[in-house]
Amino acid sequence: MTAIQECTWVAVCPLEAVPLGAGVAALLPDGTQVAIFRTEESVYALSNVDPFSGAAVLSRGILGDRGGVPVVASPMHKQCFELATGQCLDDPEVRVAAYPVRIADGTVEVGGP
Amino acid sequence: MRTLVVAGHGMVAHRLVEAVRAGDSDWRVVVLAEESRPAYDRVALTSYVDGWDAAALALPGADYAGDPMVELRLGDPVVSVDREQRLVRTEAGFEQAYDALVLATGSKPFVPPVPGHDLPGCFVYRTIEDLDAIREAAGKAGRGRRSAMVVGGGLLGLEAAKALRDMGLSPHVVEMGPRLMPLQVDDGGAGLLRDLVTALDVTVHTGTSTNSIEADGDRLLAKLANGTELDLDLVVFSAGIRPRDDLARSSGLEVGERGGVLVDNRCRTSDPAVYAIGECAAVENRVYGIVAPGYAMAEIVAAQLLGGDAEFGEQDMSTKLKLLGVDVASFGDAHAATEGAREVAFADSIDGYYKKLVVSEDGKTLLGGVLVGDASQYTMLRSFVGRALPASPGSMLAPSGGGEGVGVDALPPDAQVCSCNGVTKADITGAILEHECTDVPKIKACTRAGTACGSCVPMLAKLLDSCGVEQSKALCEHFSFSRAELFEIISATRITTFGELIGRHGTGTGCAICKPAVASILATLGNGHILGGEQATLQDTNDRFLANIQRNGSYSVVPRIPGGEITPAKLKVIAEVAEEFGLYTKITGGQRIDLFGATVDQLPLIWRRLVDAGFESGHAYGKSLRTVKSCVGSTWCRYGVQDSVGMAVELELRYRGLRSPHKLKAAVSGCARECAEARGKDFGVIATENGWNLYVGGNGGTTPRHARLLVSDVDSETLFRTIDRFLMFYVRTADRLQRTAPWLEEMEGGLDHLRDVIVNDSLGICDELDAAMQKHIDSYADEWRGVLEDPEKLARFTSFVNAPGTPDPTISFRVEREQKVPVLLGMPEVAAR
Repeated sequence: MTAIQECTWVAVCPLEAVPLGAGVAALLPDGTQVAIFRTEESVYALSNVDPFSGAAVLSRGILGDRGGVPVVASPMHKQCFELATGQCLDDPEVRVAAYPVRIADGTVEVGGP
Repeated sequence: MRTLVVAGHGMVAHRLVEAVRAGDSDWRVVVLAEESRPAYDRVALTSYVDGWDAAALALPGADYAGDPMVELRLGDPVVSVDREQRLVRTEAGFEQAYDALVLATGSKPFVPPVPGHDLPGCFVYRTIEDLDAIREAAGKAGRGRRSAMVVGGGLLGLEAAKALRDMGLSPHVVEMGPRLMPLQVDDGGAGLLRDLVTALDVTVHTGTSTNSIEADGDRLLAKLANGTELDLDLVVFSAGIRPRDDLARSSGLEVGERGGVLVDNRCRTSDPAVYAIGECAAVENRVYGIVAPGYAMAEIVAAQLLGGDAEFGEQDMSTKLKLLGVDVASFGDAHAATEGAREVAFADSIDGYYKKLVVSEDGKTLLGGVLVGDASQYTMLRSFVGRALPASPGSMLAPSGGGEGVGVDALPPDAQVCSCNGVTKADITGAILEHECTDVPKIKACTRAGTACGSCVPMLAKLLDSCGVEQSKALCEHFSFSRAELFEIISATRITTFGELIGRHGTGTGCAICKPAVASILATLGNGHILGGEQATLQDTNDRFLANIQRNGSYSVVPRIPGGEITPAKLKVIAEVAEEFGLYTKITGGQRIDLFGATVDQLPLIWRRLVDAGFESGHAYGKSLRTVKSCVGSTWCRYGVQDSVGMAVELELRYRGLRSPHKLKAAVSGCARECAEARGKDFGVIATENGWNLYVGGNGGTTPRHARLLVSDVDSETLFRTIDRFLMFYVRTADRLQRTAPWLEEMEGGLDHLRDVIVNDSLGICDELDAAMQKHIDSYADEWRGVLEDPEKLARFTSFVNAPGTPDPTISFRVEREQKVPVLLGMPEVAAR
């Protein structure tokens, strides 16, 4: 919890702006692109850049689960990334950045360094 | 620690390094390569022309990243060997001592000493750099039709001709021998091959040679021995290869009688510390020009370096290729050289195939064969070489049943199923039964079978079947049903949401496999706009944005142009939109116009302009009907017998928007000349004097298929009804991503059964199929317009939820040939691997 308290929270959008079961892209003040996903259970934030193609498209992937673990499949070549950690399940050596995320007063906030 | 130096880094050298490193040893490996990139798949070199993407040819792990025991020095070939000191010296002056040296310097193209062979515009065909140079020359502006000459009509020559044709040149192939592919194919096969490649705009000159090549301004003039003169843009030599044995010669090693580093059957040269493998080696005086024997040599040397032993045995020189889209295979004693050998041949110049088996004098043992035009029986037949055939040679070749009817059960255990990697039937059944390989990917990983040319992969599936491993038809981990079963469930229960479906008939939350499949079924059954409500979250990215995602995350927009017919006014609108939004513009192969480089936030603005001008979505993004291609038909063409454009327009409008398991393509030709290439489509219509012939189950792509005749000489109404039923039956019963050709092939009873069902109504479902298609036609609405008219859907077309007006900064373009093209993205995290 200590780490989370130390981050700077950036308000990104109202929760309703993220469609249930899908993602949207957001721009952080430093120019970083994050993909924000919303499932029945939670809201997640990952880097928006697909590490296999270099394109900023992860927010446009399909959500689902693999063996019960919530994932997003890259729209480029369908590699799956764990929503909670950014770990690629198809290539153990690849991981995208995962950002802390919280809902405050109905607004999605993403934690930056 | 001992040092192994490998001179050269081609496919064979890479296999050696892999094999040495896979063993438990203290060998440090230093690879000294001439080319500037790690070993790549030279066998697939011609495919480089498809996308000019060198990375696509890369061999996995060939840069040895993360392996401290391998040092790979690129672009610095070995120039001399000091065998006394056991030292090699490279071009850059680098010296490296060795305990063992393996020469893997490959071969060089043979260029006949024709006057003018070294003029600018003359090339060889061996490396990625050669192809880049040819591309540059081919791309230079010139007058008239671009043409090229390939010297050599063997396997490589035809490969080169394909590459040139793909670059837009008209190739001439000049072969000194009396026929194409003289080493692999017999007269009958070569005759058909010649017909097939000639139809593909390749001009074949056999039985003649090139007397001279002269510069003619900035072009070339070739004079052939038979008096023919060719006006050319460029010349490619691919008349064979010569082993690169210079290092062996200069260091005093023995060379073969006809060149090549002389080695014994353990690949040892006359110096015990030096080996030679691959195309530079002459194993007991014989040089092998294909990769499989090279791999065998690599394994033999690796075994010795690791303290074991292995010998080079008889090599399977069988080849199976797709040259210019034509299947060619040759195996065993293809030329009936065995004493008493007899031949059984089957030729069909209508469907375009030639098959020949060479058998022993008593007709019982298979010795070899040639297949041209259709090599689907290759793997099965090749594995019978040297064995008794399970049926008479004639029935093995018969077009229906025959060889395909002879199951894998008939194969003896030691028959080679994968000849690239030398994997036998017993190896594979062992993997299935003892190592619990329950699917094809597991067999590949366990045995290496099917990992090189891939032609044996269908056999692997059959072997799984014959071992009693039931291959699951389940869509994915969330549904234990096949796509056809899910279609039935959704259709019967009238469930309209994915949430309800997975709640009642599946598990978990779904994935990128089942969600789009269900979205497609829901769309086929008519559930409103595909982006309505929850459906939007099920769609693959292309369907979700109603445009095709491109490599940099931008999209292409393709308006429908039914039948390829377009007014000048509409052309003008496309031009204006392209200019206004700075879109790269290209005419597609399907008679439409692609507009590339649109960002997500530009899509609605572009559609607005197009929709206002009367365009609608061309569904280039969907698993749905794409185009109905057409020639100009009887309206303009002096040969046309029916109005093919009118028919194509009508068909395209009839089936637009229909969602299906795979994309659907169609074409209508106005006469038997078939200019619309209708037989390469899922459904193709060819006009006759009396009406229309309907062909079904064709496709292009990686496994091209000719469509087959379903009904003939029917009137337009019957044609529509038959296609309606064909499409509806297909979308209901096919597997996910299964095209019409494999769907038809897997159907019990095949084409006859299909005809029974949709023409004779043998299952009594035709009324239902007709009604389903009528419902689709009646409820069609343009998807672009649907987005433009709905503010909620429109709101999703923004780059960033918190900065809607800001374009994605990672998307940028540069200009090439006066149009913008994407700047390739840096891929710091993964690209290096």
